[in-house]
Amino acid sequence: MPAVQETIDQVKAIDVDQYKYGFVTDIESERGAKGLTEETVRFISAKKNEPEWMTEWRLEALRRFKTMDEPTWARVHYPKIDFDELYYYAAPKSVEGPKSIDEVDPELLATYEKLGIPLREQEILAGIKPENRVAVDAVFDSVSVVTTFKEELKKAGVIFCSISEALREYPDLVKKYLGSVVPVTDNFYATLNSAVFSDGSFVYVPEGVRCPMELSTYFRINEQNTGQFERTLIIADKGAYVSYLEGCTAPQRDENQLHAAVVELVALDDAEIKYSTVQNWFPGDAQGKGGIYNFVTKRGDCRGKNSKISWTQVETGSAITWKYPSCILRGDNSRGEFYSIAVSNGYQQVDSGTKMIHLGKNTSSRIISKGISAGRSQNTYRGLVSAHRKASNARNFTQCDSLLIGQDCGAHTVPYIESKNSTATFEHEATTSKISDDQMFYCQQRGMSDEEAVALIVNGFVKDVIQQLPMEFAVEAQKLISISLEGSVG
Amino acid sequence: MLEIKNLHARIAEDGKEILRGVNLTVNAGEVHAIMGPNGSGKSTLSYILAGKDDYEITEGEILFNGENLLELGPDERAAAGVFLAFQYPIEIPGVATMEFLKTAMNAQRRARGETEMTIPAFMKAVKEKAADLKVSMDMLKRPLNVGFSGGEKKRAEILQMSLLEPKLCVLDETDSGLDIDALRIVSEGVNKLRSPERSMIVITHYQRLLDHIVPDVVHVMSRGRIVKTGGADLALELEKSGYADYVEDAAA
Ligand SMILES: Nc1ncnc2c1ncn2[C@@H]1O[C@H](COP(=O)(O)OP(=O)(O)OP(=O)(O)O)[C@@H](O)[C@H]1O
Ligand SMILES: [Mg+2]
Repeated sequence: MPAVQETIDQVKAIDVDQYKYGFVTDIESERGAKGLTEETVRFISAKKNEPEWMTEWRLEALRRFKTMDEPTWARVHYPKIDFDELYYYAAPKSVEGPKSIDEVDPELLATYEKLGIPLREQEILAGIKPENRVAVDAVFDSVSVVTTFKEELKKAGVIFCSISEALREYPDLVKKYLGSVVPVTDNFYATLNSAVFSDGSFVYVPEGVRCPMELSTYFRINEQNTGQFERTLIIADKGAYVSYLEGCTAPQRDENQLHAAVVELVALDDAEIKYSTVQNWFPGDAQGKGGIYNFVTKRGDCRGKNSKISWTQVETGSAITWKYPSCILRGDNSRGEFYSIAVSNGYQQVDSGTKMIHLGKNTSSRIISKGISAGRSQNTYRGLVSAHRKASNARNFTQCDSLLIGQDCGAHTVPYIESKNSTATFEHEATTSKISDDQMFYCQQRGMSDEEAVALIVNGFVKDVIQQLPMEFAVEAQKLISISLEGSVG
Repeated sequence: MLEIKNLHARIAEDGKEILRGVNLTVNAGEVHAIMGPNGSGKSTLSYILAGKDDYEITEGEILFNGENLLELGPDERAAAGVFLAFQYPIEIPGVATMEFLKTAMNAQRRARGETEMTIPAFMKAVKEKAADLKVSMDMLKRPLNVGFSGGEKKRAEILQMSLLEPKLCVLDETDSGLDIDALRIVSEGVNKLRSPERSMIVITHYQRLLDHIVPDVVHVMSRGRIVKTGGADLALELEKSGYADYVEDAAA
């Protein structure tokens, strides 16, 4: 199993609590004014040359935000965030809008290379089979720096660009769908995002088109004291299919940084969207200092009949994760899936799960959640499955497994089930286990070190979810999980 | 190969003394059987050889090819060639048997400074040994020991042993749970591994295993000590008359 081997090598190559992506890129950047004001919102909107209606949309969100309170129901603890002490916009000075690769600051390209993400198409092309190519939209702080393979996608009719560009080039599409899944006032963080979101990706796959390659966005927070608020909107028209990957990292900093994204997915009749995330924001150091506060609203709307939305997430980073990728199963026979691996170590706090809202007839959903807690971390699965009155024959299967490593961590499972239709069948299974001393000894007796043994056992534990990821991501994810758990035994 | 001198050990947690002066020398190429009543300390001895840390050594020493074995961690002992076929093999959910074998194999090779085995070479080796032990490909794809029958677990242990080619094989009641045919197949697998460079300690309650794996030396363990040592015929005698004589000796 090469993945384990590579993992071990990587684990050996780095010290405890040395976050591999923790470097800072030294680049001149432009920031908006500090604080959450109308001026800030107008500044962002103007920077992006947005249409008037969009500015108004943002301002409305800001007004609503000012009337809202930060939610406290999640099992996470952190000092109150002072939203007026934050910057809401930062952009590398050399980038004013989406450009061709030749105009991108070499420093930025070098950053992405360091992260293992080549952005030059020639480099990506070298030795890769066409079907294995991945188109990348790279977002650095508040702006998208480059989107690869745009022309080729255009030939297939697929639109893949930054949301700022989409607002300028395809305003009708954006206007029609933006906020239609996550309304402006949905929740505290989504409302904040609606007011100040700076960039993100936009995807539209037209009727009957199967997107010819994986699409991917890579988010990087670099600037200090700056929140990152990206907004992603993906629409799969009738009979379309798209698979989308999202990755994220941030430099290692002492203070916490805020990240509040909104992702909206819309699947029309017979369409399918597969959305995968490998989240590896800086988790904080071994003492629990620093790290990203990650408050994310992700929701998919299976708007058409026979549509399908599948979320797969591997969450290893962030000091705080507050995230519930959900599916609204509106179309008859639609299907929602949620596959999750949430790893917490050190002082990380994870409160994550999903909502499956069954509205249409014969809708089905499946939830497989694997939580791994180590160190002094707290890991909560929070999930809602509901069937509304018309959702006859709604079916859900939930499997929720927790694995504890060590004595000082916690795993919690909070499932909510609501059914207003008597024909709905919901199944829920949950287990909590520990890596036993006997398992460790058995593996060691066969020659494995502590770390190899943990990596092997954990890889076994998460296998069902790893299998859902695209191949290249699966290997990456396995490595990431093992690295995140480094130092958790012995 | 192996020298155990006046070994005293107790359970770390509650201080209960289990081994009370074990002396045992196993030369290269020899097969030793250890028999003895339930609870006499046979499995404990095997765990201590493998390096399980539930026990505290209060006196004595273990030399393995002249090296102090007690100073090595369990994985280092494995790499040095100590293999324990468990009385109760442990389940590893989600990890295919094949994957486990490969991880173990390469971990040991790396620890010894050898190169990793190529995938084709590894597959070939596994297939060969698995066929000898009548372990199906289907079983190799299943998570290790999860849902395996008692006999399948024991066969999987011997499969691991044949692949890893250890220098010292400790078999703890490998015969229990095996049907008559499996007993023969497994014994043949073990006999195949007998060589002048390899030593074995076979813990068992029954002569039927020793009919197949004929030992050079037979020991009786009672209450944490080896109380009687003899040749292969000692096992036959025990089968007839039980442990009564020796257990009383030990109590005296
Ligand atoms: N971890 C432990 N905690 C408490 N008691 C233990 C522990 N390990 C062993 N013992 C005790 O030590 C004694 C010896 O056990 P051991 O398993 O070595 O016996 P055995 O000779 O292998 O017996 P059997 O023939 O039944 O397998 C028993 O009384 C057992 O209960
Ligand atoms: Mg025993």
